[in-house]
Amino acid sequence: MSGGGGGPSLMDSLFQRTLDDLIKGIRIHTPGAAQSSFISKSLDEIRREIKSTDLQTKSTALQKLTYLHSLHGIDMSWAAFHAVELTSSPSFIHKKTAYLAASLSFRPQTDVLLLLTNQLRKDLSSANQHEVSLALECLSVICTPHFARDLTPDIFTLLASTKNFIRKKSIACLLMVFTQYPDAVRVCFKRLVENLEASTETLAATVGVFCELACKEPRSYLPLAPEFYRILVDSRNNWVLIKVLKIFAKLAKLEPRLAKKVVEPICDHMKRSEAKSLVFECVRTIVSSFYEYEFAVKLAVAKIREFLLDTDLNLKYLGLQGLLLVAPNHSWAVLENKEVVIKSLSDVDRNIKLEALRLVMSMVSDDNVVEICRVLIGYSLKSDPEFCNEILMSMLSTCSRNVYEIIVDFDWYVSLLGEMARIPHCQNGEEIEYQLIDIGMRVKDVRPELVRVGRDLLIDPALLGNPFIHRILSAAAWVSGEYVRFSRNPFEIMEALLQPRTNLLPPSIRAVYIHSAYKVLSFCLHSFLLPNRTANFLSEFVDMEPDFTYSESERELPETSGLSETNADNAKNSSSSLKKDTFTRESVVNVLTLILTSLSPLAGSHDVELQERVRNLLGLAQLAQQEISYHDDHKEKMVDRDDLKTSIIIRLINDALSEDFGPVSLSAQERVPVPDGLVLEENLSKLDIICADVQLPISKSFSLVVRPSFLQTDGDSVSSRQNEEESETSAAESTSLLSEHRKRHGLFYLPSDNNQNTSTGFPPANDPNKKDNDVEDLVKLTEESLALKRKSNLARPRPVVVKLDEGERHPITVKKTQSNDDLISGAVRDVLLGNEASSQSNQSSGRRRGKTLSKVDQGSESKDNMENFEIGNSSKRRSKHRIHGKDKKHPSPGNNVEGRDENGEINKKKSGSRHGRHKARQRADGGINVVVQKPVIPDFLL
Amino acid sequence: MGIRFVLMVNKQGQTRLAQYYEYLTLEERRALEGEIVRKCLARNEQQCSFVEHRTYKIVYRRYASLFFLVGVDNEENELAILEFIHLLVETMDRHFGNVCELDIMFHLEKAHFMLEEMVMNGCIVETSKANILAPIQLMDKAS
Repeated sequence: MSGGGGGPSLMDSLFQRTLDDLIKGIRIHTPGAAQSSFISKSLDEIRREIKSTDLQTKSTALQKLTYLHSLHGIDMSWAAFHAVELTSSPSFIHKKTAYLAASLSFRPQTDVLLLLTNQLRKDLSSANQHEVSLALECLSVICTPHFARDLTPDIFTLLASTKNFIRKKSIACLLMVFTQYPDAVRVCFKRLVENLEASTETLAATVGVFCELACKEPRSYLPLAPEFYRILVDSRNNWVLIKVLKIFAKLAKLEPRLAKKVVEPICDHMKRSEAKSLVFECVRTIVSSFYEYEFAVKLAVAKIREFLLDTDLNLKYLGLQGLLLVAPNHSWAVLENKEVVIKSLSDVDRNIKLEALRLVMSMVSDDNVVEICRVLIGYSLKSDPEFCNEILMSMLSTCSRNVYEIIVDFDWYVSLLGEMARIPHCQNGEEIEYQLIDIGMRVKDVRPELVRVGRDLLIDPALLGNPFIHRILSAAAWVSGEYVRFSRNPFEIMEALLQPRTNLLPPSIRAVYIHSAYKVLSFCLHSFLLPNRTANFLSEFVDMEPDFTYSESERELPETSGLSETNADNAKNSSSSLKKDTFTRESVVNVLTLILTSLSPLAGSHDVELQERVRNLLGLAQLAQQEISYHDDHKEKMVDRDDLKTSIIIRLINDALSEDFGPVSLSAQERVPVPDGLVLEENLSKLDIICADVQLPISKSFSLVVRPSFLQTDGDSVSSRQNEEESETSAAESTSLLSEHRKRHGLFYLPSDNNQNTSTGFPPANDPNKKDNDVEDLVKLTEESLALKRKSNLARPRPVVVKLDEGERHPITVKKTQSNDDLISGAVRDVLLGNEASSQSNQSSGRRRGKTLSKVDQGSESKDNMENFEIGNSSKRRSKHRIHGKDKKHPSPGNNVEGRDENGEINKKKSGSRHGRHKARQRADGGINVVVQKPVIPDFLL
Repeated sequence: MGIRFVLMVNKQGQTRLAQYYEYLTLEERRALEGEIVRKCLARNEQQCSFVEHRTYKIVYRRYASLFFLVGVDNEENELAILEFIHLLVETMDRHFGNVCELDIMFHLEKAHFMLEEMVMNGCIVETSKANILAPIQLMDKAS
């Protein structure tokens, strides 16, 4: 132990180190071992001192511990009890220390938390306002449901305090109390609302609380719009105004009529205010929530421009952010400021560059994507690695959005992907890999170009040294193997796939290489041994193809067939030229030798996947080599090739490999129709006959019917027959049980029924016009069952990109969990719409509303009567529905009326004009009670 | 919740004050502070004062050797937070008289006390310097 006033001695206990001493001590010791040993020594002292009966000693010890906890990350959970103890000290200073320690270190799990309840209650009702404040501040941090429940009455009392100092703190504390204990809303909410019009001193706190509440669930606070409006117009406090603007941004989305009222005053603030923060908040509110108001948006964009041109970087950053918010609805705003945006791409500040990048991406459309991508690639070459990847990533994600919606020229896009791979800093291998393969499967016409790009990547030995693009190479290898028939020179690809530097690849990717080599070899052998078949196969593949599902989609889109026809011709031409020039005996023998020499060492690889694929390939190569050289020796004619063993095998392999991969819809399974006679919901009782010997453990949910048979394990015919009968009798019961289960746990069931009309055929998920007869189907099925790797062909020809189902989103909808927010807002709604019905508050609020409204509605005094009528009505309303299903504590009087009223409310919202609305309500008053999920929105502001 | 934490960190990256308005474990705090310090202290004067980090937006400002970092939600108004930081510094200035790192180190409790007067539950509740300092002055007088 180095320094620090010696070891533990009598001095320590007699003269306690103060906090200042501790801090000085820490400063003396250099960070590292010396400091931490000093700290642990001090901790030992603290442990001793904190047990002292002298409150001053205890307090100092706690003070030191809090310091160490907060700045040096020392655990102080063990001292929780001492902190609680000290809160009861008569000295204010001690109390303060103790409460600070509690608020900094306590957590919901702290076990002594409950011991604090009484002390908190005592301090909350103390005559000393500063003690009250300490307790409130602590409570606002450590509040648990328990505290909130027990202390709600105390806080309720404090909310009516005459001292602003206390009131504002109790208001701020409410937020925590509400989130922990939603029922507190019923007690305290009215007083919170009253504070909206009270002194300006507490307004900041009140509006802050409402802003937080409204962020979580704005709908419940619509009835308070008039109060917020008054604040928006009257308040001169920028903090408050900013919060109110945030509230309106949320409310306006729910109630369009509100926007008309509010947009004027917001524009006034925007024009008048000196404070940039307020101006920016106005801009943000306008462009995100009031974007339909042209004049307001123009004004906002003008302000954004000021920000963009300001020398202050913060304003520039925010200007870009503002622009990003305008972009979706008013792209002209971005175009107007295009220069600034593009210049910002080379800003010093990465954050500004990022914002600019996001903006540029928001401008991308199918017209300019080529141009923008060219500019961006240029920038990415100049940028630092991090930003370079940021650019690449955003290009990739923008271009692939909505299944490559904005891409028209796929040849260009594929070559762009290839270009990206060559950018030195590129680290987006995974995404590029995915897109290369995805495009290959979805866009048939791009395959030749894809193979070309893949080849260029594969033959470059330099690329193999960069681990970041190994994934891309893997895609390139796969593409080259899968679509090798489009290749100009398969032998070149084979050489690239087997080049020595491939030993730099990880085994998983090397396995892809080997497998691609396998495909290439089988293609070469096929072309060599069975030239006629190859030509047939190629032409068949592209244009006749009665067996391929392409035809169906072509039928759907006749205008594209011309395109693919020409393509087919190309393919035929190229294949015939290939056949003549390339597939000579010599070249094939060379390839076989190449394979055997370069792969033999790998046959003993430790990687299972790799080893297996290598052995596959070697096996094929050896077989072919033997036979070809054998026949070479015997000078046999080409004609006999068809009978070779290799030929037969190759034919089989090629048939298997030539089947196309297609993307599979997420909902494909769901669309498989249920065959006639198969009742999915039937019990599996017959399974017993099969499983009798196996005795699978069967879960309880099935036991109803299945159990009995299990008791008689022998599973003879008698028992099973008996079983069947039983199952029949209980069939109805079990069906209902099942449907019950389905209702309750719908989440775990596949969504069904909706799409059943559209589905007809078995494997392809999206060809409703399938007309092949069953025999053909069967043949195809058996064929497919031979080919392990086949999947259903769902591809569609170009220019259409194969899309399976709209959005391809996950079919299972996430069950909305009931959160605290719901509970709070439910309670808020109850209070706002219910309690105001109680006579006295009804009057006051009615009066208040009337006042506000006359202010609000200067132009339409004549409507005032109408308003009052509406208010009277609306305050009588009480929302009966509780989405939260919480048991209510306060019985709601006269709730028979409300269901109907709400009903009327909905109708009211639907019909546009005031008159129509009024009528609708009358009509609906006689209506039936319907559970309505929408809350009541009174239209005070109209 | 508007403000989620307030940090004061010196040039060397040592935390001088840490106030969180949501519960994080010690390890989480240490990790978060480390990441933020690394991110923000590396930035220079020619860069803006806003940094996005995890789910937070960090608004920071440097005063002499001390960085004031405030973590807020994405919803929060950045400029208002900058003003808040300035208000906090002005308030401390008024109390300590030209506040410096040492003042905050040796009077951590007071700094917390001021902060508590200004912010509760992540909401700004008081913006008047006189009101913020009133209880502290009373307390100083009493002791």
